[in-house]
Amino acid sequence: MSTPAAAPPLPIHTAIDRPHFALQFDDYHQQYDACVLGMWVFLVTEVMFFGAIFTGYAVYRMLHHDAFAMASNELDITLGTINTFVLLTSSLTMALAVRAGHVGNSKRVGQLIVLTMILGATFLGIKFFEYYHKYEDHMAPAFGLPFEAPKAVNDAGLAGPFQLFLSFYFGMTGVHALHMIIGLGLLSQFLPRSSRIAPAPGAAVLSALNIEVVGLYWHFVDLVWIFLFPMLYLIDRSDTI
Amino acid sequence: MSATLEAPAIPPATPPTRLPRNYLNAAYTVRSWLLTIDHKRIAILYLLGVTVFFCIGGAAAVLFRLELMTPEADLVESETYNKLFTLHGVMMIFFFLIPAIPAVLGNFLIPIMIGARDMAFPRINLLSWYLFMIGGAFTLFVTVAGGVDTGWTFYAPYSSTYSNTYVMATAVGIFITGFSSILTGLNFIVTVHKMRAPGMTWFRLPLFIWSHYATALIMILGTPVVAMAILLVALERGFGIGIFDPKLGGDPILFQHLFWFYSHPAVYIMVLPAMGVESELIAAFTKNRIFGYKFVAFSSLAIAILSFLVWGHHLFVSGQSIYAGMIFSMLSMLIAIPSAIKVLNWTATLRKGSITFDTPLLYALGFIGLFTLGGLTGLFLAAMGIDVHVHDTYFIVAHFHYIMVGGTVMAYLGGIHFWWPKITGRMYPEGWARLSAVLVFVGFNLTFFPQFILGYNGMPRRYHVYDPGFQVLNVMSSAGASILGIAYLFPITYLIWSLKYGPIAGPNPWNAVGLEWMTSSPPPTHNFAHTPIVDFEAYEYPSSSAAIADTHGN
Ligand SMILES: [Cu+2]
Repeated sequence: MSTPAAAPPLPIHTAIDRPHFALQFDDYHQQYDACVLGMWVFLVTEVMFFGAIFTGYAVYRMLHHDAFAMASNELDITLGTINTFVLLTSSLTMALAVRAGHVGNSKRVGQLIVLTMILGATFLGIKFFEYYHKYEDHMAPAFGLPFEAPKAVNDAGLAGPFQLFLSFYFGMTGVHALHMIIGLGLLSQFLPRSSRIAPAPGAAVLSALNIEVVGLYWHFVDLVWIFLFPMLYLIDRSDTI
Repeated sequence: MSATLEAPAIPPATPPTRLPRNYLNAAYTVRSWLLTIDHKRIAILYLLGVTVFFCIGGAAAVLFRLELMTPEADLVESETYNKLFTLHGVMMIFFFLIPAIPAVLGNFLIPIMIGARDMAFPRINLLSWYLFMIGGAFTLFVTVAGGVDTGWTFYAPYSSTYSNTYVMATAVGIFITGFSSILTGLNFIVTVHKMRAPGMTWFRLPLFIWSHYATALIMILGTPVVAMAILLVALERGFGIGIFDPKLGGDPILFQHLFWFYSHPAVYIMVLPAMGVESELIAAFTKNRIFGYKFVAFSSLAIAILSFLVWGHHLFVSGQSIYAGMIFSMLSMLIAIPSAIKVLNWTATLRKGSITFDTPLLYALGFIGLFTLGGLTGLFLAAMGIDVHVHDTYFIVAHFHYIMVGGTVMAYLGGIHFWWPKITGRMYPEGWARLSAVLVFVGFNLTFFPQFILGYNGMPRRYHVYDPGFQVLNVMSSAGASILGIAYLFPITYLIWSLKYGPIAGPNPWNAVGLEWMTSSPPPTHNFAHTPIVDFEAYEYPSSSAAIADTHGN
């Protein structure tokens, strides 16, 4: 909970750009520290937010082990794996963008942000393709859509818990996707602008702070997926009763 | 004594030749209020909001206390009764008790007390007020549209599947308000960490700050969990995702776990700030340093941490395993220790203090008595044997009202009176204020003490028809509630009156120490003319300098 990260990296342009900082702060460094700490505190609340549904999932996984294992087999592991790689790569480009922001290379920032956003959008595209498949297979347990569990599940009398798994799947990945969409919105502020508009003095330094904070958020959302993927797709996958 | 009743003798600090610039007269337009990012103005906005919600919640209580005068159903029918106590609970807990002290007094005082110009994130601060009001608007809509009957606890599957009332809108309202609470907590934590004036070390912080810091920890750790629980109920109602649906193998008890994981700590969101206020009041009206400063400070953190380990005491009869019950029972008793440390230290502070019985201290003493009674009956309830007997009876109702009303509301009123001269620059009428403090105390006890007996004798909560043998105690309780209701109207009236007619307070009417008393009343927009440099300890009263020298040794 104490000071997050090490000493704030000194943007090399400080002397030239004279960064602006908000009135309530004494200097730029105080603002930098406060904003970064603020994002960390926010991420703590996010951990608790996802933690609640992860806990629920873990409890039900124990209660309805067989049904959850069978339902897990219905998920498309290939697309899930591809998506994991896509998202991890976006974390890499994000990290590079943060670095570029700190050294004041705004052209580089723009390129890397575009790359990150493309990867993020790819993830969402694949995710919605997966959703669509579930909808076609009558496995979307919402809005009163037709829901049919496979015959083996029905025969074992596990249709209810099978549907519960898919509820968790849609609930958890849905909330995650919502976070991704918000992340894309946050990233869009760093998209490269027309070069004719001269940046305001200090803009580079300020955007170094913004990009650090948004970067933290982006990595967190990726990290949530790193937990979601094994929990939903991988555990007990080979189990069949 | 009687001379000071009307107008406390205040040495005029500055010759009142012209009105100095302050946060109130900086601008007068509605826009300047609704778009303000000044933490003091946001505190005033919150004050207006919570007062409105308090009055609505109070009105609901008046109605159902009237109904409970007789054992039969004569005033309202069951459905309406259920909606009334739900409205009372939702309004009072989510829209009054949780935001009251942190969002009003905390918002106003935290930056001033640590010597900052504002919160770390003033815009987020304003956003959290808007979220609070939007959440409140949803609940108001529900009230007007026809109410909700699930009780403030929203237990599934009744709330998620069966209730035909406005559960969805209420859930959305509470969900949104939850984010207001999270953002307030986030702002407090970052502000206390990063915005302290030079020389303001952690152990020079007023205990008000320590307890708000602990509160903020609970806000950011607990609120997201209840947000998820409510979101799942809403998804189940709105989209048919059946996570708590027993027909699919879902477990409604999971909802109770998630709900109480937040809602027990929420009790400490309500009480910890009250404890912070209490420390300030006791110090200022005994002119003493709080005895055992570090113990009081760390007991706030201990309460915050332990509060997350006790939620199972709400599930003793919900089919939780007996071993889990035993552990939760033990942990619930443990939390009495840090609470007792505080009460004992306040009492020790009173000893040898030069005590003046002004209104804030009357509330503070009321707090000590009522909170202690509420806390001790909490120990009864932590013991499984007794809890099974009195579960869902009026004993519980009496217990948590002693904590929440006897504790939080008393401290809130005490704090409002104490800092009123700082907030508005005017003194309130001391005589009226003392009278209403006494009335609140009497009315409160008459309302809720009989409920302990009712509950112990087996009267269940949430029923409007009861055994005629319970009538005498119920009439006493309703009579007390009327006194309490009137006693609450007094401060609302004379505080508004004092805005125009109250004597000018001056920067430090109580001769108290602390940074908030070193700036003018009302404070200027940026709180201090120059950033203060703190070279003194907390509560450095002349009489307690020896005690400070002592603690320095440790
Ligand atoms: Cu509790």
